[in-house]
Amino acid sequence: MSAEYVLEMRNITKNYGENTVLSDVTLQVRPGEIHALLGENGAGKSTLMNVLFGMPVIHATGGFGGEVLLDGEATHITSPHDAMTKGIGMVHQEFMLLPGFTVTENIKLNREVTRRNPVSRLLGRNMETLDMGAMSSAARKALDSVGMSIDEYTRVEGMPVGYMQFVEIAREIDKTGIKLLVFDEPTAVLTESEAQQLIRVMKAIAESGIAIIFITHRLDEVMEAADSITILRDGKLVTRLDKEKTSIVELAEQMIGRKGEAMVSVEPRAVPQDEVALSVRDLYVNMSGEEVRGVSFDVFKGEILGIGGLAGQGKLGIPNGVMSLYASSGEVEIFGETLQLGNAAAALKAGIAMVSEDRKGVGLLLDQSIEDNIAFTAMQVKGEYLTKIGPIKLKNSGAIRHQAERMIKELDIRCFGPTQHSGTLSGGNQQKVCIARALTMKPRFLFVSEPTRGIDIGAKKLVLETLVKLNREMGMTIVMVSSELQELRSICDRIMIVSEGKLVDILPPDASDADFGLAMSGIKPDEHK
Amino acid sequence: MRDNVNSGIDTAASKAPVRQKTNWGRLFRENAVTIMFVVMCIVCLAFSGQSLSYVMYELFGRLSRNAFIVLALIIPIVAGMGINFAITIGAMAAQISVLWVIEWGVSGLPGMMLAALMTVPLAAFFGFLIGKLLNKMKGQEMIGGLILGYFANGLYQLLFLFIFGNLIPLNAPGLVIKGSTGVANTIDLSTERGFKYALDGLWSMPFVEATHLIFAVLFLVVVVMLVAKKIKTEKALTYMGIMGAFAMLLQIPAVASVFSMVKVPMVTFIVVGVLCLFNTGLLRTRLGQQFRAVGQNRTVANASGINVDKVRVIAIMISTVLAGWGQLIFVQNMGSFQTYGAHEQVGLYAGAAILVGGAGVRKATNGQAILGCILFHLLFIVAPPAGKNLFGDSAIGEYFRVFISYGVIAAALVMHAWSGIQKKKSAKEALTE
Ligand SMILES: Nc1ncnc2c1ncn2[C@@H]1O[C@H](COP(=O)(O)OP(=O)(O)OP(=O)(O)O)[C@@H](O)[C@H]1O
Ligand SMILES: [Mg+2]
Repeated sequence: MSAEYVLEMRNITKNYGENTVLSDVTLQVRPGEIHALLGENGAGKSTLMNVLFGMPVIHATGGFGGEVLLDGEATHITSPHDAMTKGIGMVHQEFMLLPGFTVTENIKLNREVTRRNPVSRLLGRNMETLDMGAMSSAARKALDSVGMSIDEYTRVEGMPVGYMQFVEIAREIDKTGIKLLVFDEPTAVLTESEAQQLIRVMKAIAESGIAIIFITHRLDEVMEAADSITILRDGKLVTRLDKEKTSIVELAEQMIGRKGEAMVSVEPRAVPQDEVALSVRDLYVNMSGEEVRGVSFDVFKGEILGIGGLAGQGKLGIPNGVMSLYASSGEVEIFGETLQLGNAAAALKAGIAMVSEDRKGVGLLLDQSIEDNIAFTAMQVKGEYLTKIGPIKLKNSGAIRHQAERMIKELDIRCFGPTQHSGTLSGGNQQKVCIARALTMKPRFLFVSEPTRGIDIGAKKLVLETLVKLNREMGMTIVMVSSELQELRSICDRIMIVSEGKLVDILPPDASDADFGLAMSGIKPDEHK
Repeated sequence: MRDNVNSGIDTAASKAPVRQKTNWGRLFRENAVTIMFVVMCIVCLAFSGQSLSYVMYELFGRLSRNAFIVLALIIPIVAGMGINFAITIGAMAAQISVLWVIEWGVSGLPGMMLAALMTVPLAAFFGFLIGKLLNKMKGQEMIGGLILGYFANGLYQLLFLFIFGNLIPLNAPGLVIKGSTGVANTIDLSTERGFKYALDGLWSMPFVEATHLIFAVLFLVVVVMLVAKKIKTEKALTYMGIMGAFAMLLQIPAVASVFSMVKVPMVTFIVVGVLCLFNTGLLRTRLGQQFRAVGQNRTVANASGINVDKVRVIAIMISTVLAGWGQLIFVQNMGSFQTYGAHEQVGLYAGAAILVGGAGVRKATNGQAILGCILFHLLFIVAPPAGKNLFGDSAIGEYFRVFISYGVIAAALVMHAWSGIQKKKSAKEALTE
């Protein structure tokens, strides 16, 4: 037990077919410390964790090279379940919760508290009866320890994403004998205050002696929470640092391998407010956790409008409602023409495109290639990228390939080529494919929802710059929804803040922090004064 | 520290949930299939010209022979494997057992028990194979199952047409028709070698007495549970109230006369009751929780360490064995069965019945199974005479039967999709009411 490291991964090498995604990577984590794992999109962070958990993808693709040591002893972790029994827990990048189960049932999934009964004496543990009372009191305890006051009998379905994240953490904490917890981008979906709470919870967990591996793209969080840091780049170990002896600037440089650049910033300008591109009246959207309850606003032609607000307040509901991805009602006009709500194809035909915040759900066809994903909507909706031979329409593979290669280059999508399945891309690179697909539609009007969620600082800059370029050079009107106020302020002409599903105020990007803060909590600044 | 930890998320908490009210429109939409069937049953009943007591007599007969097999569908539905052909395969296993029990000449209750015993390894083995195969085509269970069902039927025919009676000689009279190949078209259980009414005939009672007896037993159970503090007082009182009211109702001669022709095969219904308890009990165990988890999301279940493939195989095996027993109950009541068609029919009817009861392709309860069974068979009884009375043609009634059973599955699936679309429409309504 007196080993220096709870976990040591030595010289890990992993190939997916011809491609080496990890080579000779070493990771060391001490008991009770918070260890940050950093790297650009596609650097191999999730893959390294998949190796640690013995995920089936790893075994199915030829295993890996190197060794894994727990408490100083070499081990073979054969499956996620095996990892769990060896004391390693994971809070996933994608939620691993069952929507139809209650919070309790999710926390206790496959670790149910049971009572013996006559049948189970005969047929074994699987026949034991669930003890719901004991299960929910254990769940209650775990929820309390992450500061969640939510009722343990609530069903997960329809819960705001921030809550789900904490339920996942509660589930991991509830496991007995846990000595190492992995958080894969837990803060990507959280608001700032939730992220703060998460960091407090992580620190409390670490104090109790459990080591934490923390994967994130937010460097300020790293500086706040981590004790030590490992940085990967292109599947190789760059360095292992102590928090005390480094700075955000150094971290950024090490990740990207070049001198870190500042955030994007654009010249403030006055957008002529004479032509209305999108007019929305009395919009209601039934998107669970992000309901919109009667919002009216105008978007002027040629501007970038930001929509901000806390998670669960309805900012995501607005683009999803206008695009009819969720049930919505109200009056919407696009460039003077009425847009029928309830018909997603109509919105696309009218020249509106959207980059969804939900990559896995409506965003991407995961078992299709990158190029097919990029061309898909343009092909379906506008009939582009098709060659007509008489009545038959064939896919124009040449044109698709060309467009895909251009997009891969412009957005710096890290992949092995346009034919790679998008399901095998890293999280951030999937996001870029979504953006590429929207751009391929050559829309007049673009909704981007959380465009930089889960992508690294280099890529973030690239995405924001691309948006500005589209706006300035091609005159595209853009509405950007984001939880990161900083990002909205850096490129938007006006920023609209929503709270409780209603519009609170529209502010200029240079309005004071206090004004934004008040608006986010539902108070109009002039009311306050 | 606890205080500020909490405040971070509580502000969001108080705003997030959407109010829930009883919404009749929604309730109607979600149960559209069931409601449509209730209406159809009432209309047909009115036009059938059949007396209520005859309808009830028929209904109870059909319930006693079909309820078990419909209940066998619950576990695989909950485990996310849809309504699949495991029922058909289980029935095949039962029919193979019946053939051999008759061949050996074990009759009556011992015959039935022997057949039930034989069915277990056979059906379990078939179920194991199906489970393995379905695991290879996850997500396509419904369509893959259909094709596999055809294939299995081919094998079954090979067995009954070519192997039994030819390669393996059968000696019992009536099993093979002289001069032709293979097993005869119908297998008769009413001979001295068969086991017709082996279960039904054990103990049957007129309806009113039977209900009194059952209520008395249930009453005792509730009281015992109340004393042992296993049940809340209000709940116990409600149960007792309902039973009391029903018993009173039966005192009215007009009501009692409706059930005058009904003879309740007690043992059969007890077996059905036990199966209901089995389903509920099983779903409350660790294994049951695994079924539900796997049914909802295999990836999540897998990540939590559940052996998804194994759980699915177990679900199918349970279902095939139960379906096999269900088929035995069916044939002992009917007294004969179509050698080459009975299993197909039973799978189709069971699937249709549970959908009528309001079950989905992923959610099903005992109540839905029983309700569906009642409605489906009620329509079966009253539709042909109603068709005849309305259109003057009994063929229309026959046509109706077939139409119903196939139509129901299609209709239920379409209506599911439809209620999904309806749900989307009224965003403002849903949020402001
Ligand atoms: N199943 C797979 N088959 C083939 N290649 C894969 C597979 N999974 C991941 N990869 C590749 O491995 C590389 C590393 O991906 P990984 O998911 O580990 O990145 P990451 O560091 O987690 O990035 P992000 O920050 O975007 O989540 C990527 O280039 C990705 O395309
Ligand atoms: Mg990742």
